[in-house]
Amino acid sequence: MHEFPITQQIIKIVGWQAAELGASQVKSIKLVVGDYSGFVGDSIQMYFDVISESTVCEGAAIEIENIRSKMRCTGCGELFEREFLSFNCPKCGADGEPTEIGKEFYIEYIEVER
Amino acid sequence: MHDVLKVNMMANIHDENDHIAAHTSEDLAEQHIYAINIMGAPGAGKTTVLKNITKNLKGLKSYVIEGDIESDIDTQDLRGIGIDTYQINTFGACHLDAPMIHNTIQNIRFDKKGILFIENIGNLVCPAEFSIGEHCKMLISTVTEGSDKPYKYPLAFEKADVIILNKTDLLPYIDFDEGFFIKGVRALNKNVTVFKVSGKTGDGFTEVAAWIRERAANFGG
Repeated sequence: MHEFPITQQIIKIVGWQAAELGASQVKSIKLVVGDYSGFVGDSIQMYFDVISESTVCEGAAIEIENIRSKMRCTGCGELFEREFLSFNCPKCGADGEPTEIGKEFYIEYIEVER
Repeated sequence: MHDVLKVNMMANIHDENDHIAAHTSEDLAEQHIYAINIMGAPGAGKTTVLKNITKNLKGLKSYVIEGDIESDIDTQDLRGIGIDTYQINTFGACHLDAPMIHNTIQNIRFDKKGILFIENIGNLVCPAEFSIGEHCKMLISTVTEGSDKPYKYPLAFEKADVIILNKTDLLPYIDFDEGFFIKGVRALNKNVTVFKVSGKTGDGFTEVAAWIRERAANFGG
């Protein structure tokens, strides 16, 4: 459910870009999806196949790059993937703080046919 | 022969939502309305917290947008005590987004300056991902949910401007490790203000209301 409106949004954004380029068909869409973006690549793919029907995006291949979330240690600066129920740095034990790594949610590029 | 063209976009998928949210936020500020996005799990006591805060906000008008998947029970409840309340039903959608709030505020007559409380859908995940035009995100957490919540739902705790720890009257009856909870909160959000309250007894809300009053006076609206 959660991915349905966001997949509509992806198709809308790509549709605008395709129209601007005078494209007849979108061949592929590359998405970058961080773990903490809150969106699941597989679900986007599932909705995409349904929602893109009869649009310029119909039949496009979706490539999804997943980015693992990382914290930065406030002690030694190490970037690390946290363990469950802990924000501590695996190297020195100090607290980690959130970073933007893992929050990505964007369309990197599209390939279109003209 | 068709030519295939690769076009770099780097397009943030939330751009349109964020653009509408920014517009709403400015629009409300111009009308001297300070908007608070209230987030929390189902049953955290969002509406009860809201009622307790408004009781302590004498002299400042409260407006409420109630987000629920279905029903208008909370809206009826709030209207019953004289609060100007508007209902949004999402019928399945797990969070409010900027277009919903933008459309709803077109129907509200903000006749006095004050606070607009927007009670989001009960959910600790999705509401944290969407800006809706608020000036402040308030997260309601409870001692009954357990002290591990910052570790399990980090984004909501990271994004909050203020955290209300509710149901503290139940502390004698449950195992809530406050040190572990606060350690997690501080790692994610070093400077966030945390208030301990009880929606049942009303304890702690004078301080919350004073904090809101100060923020509202200084936000430039």
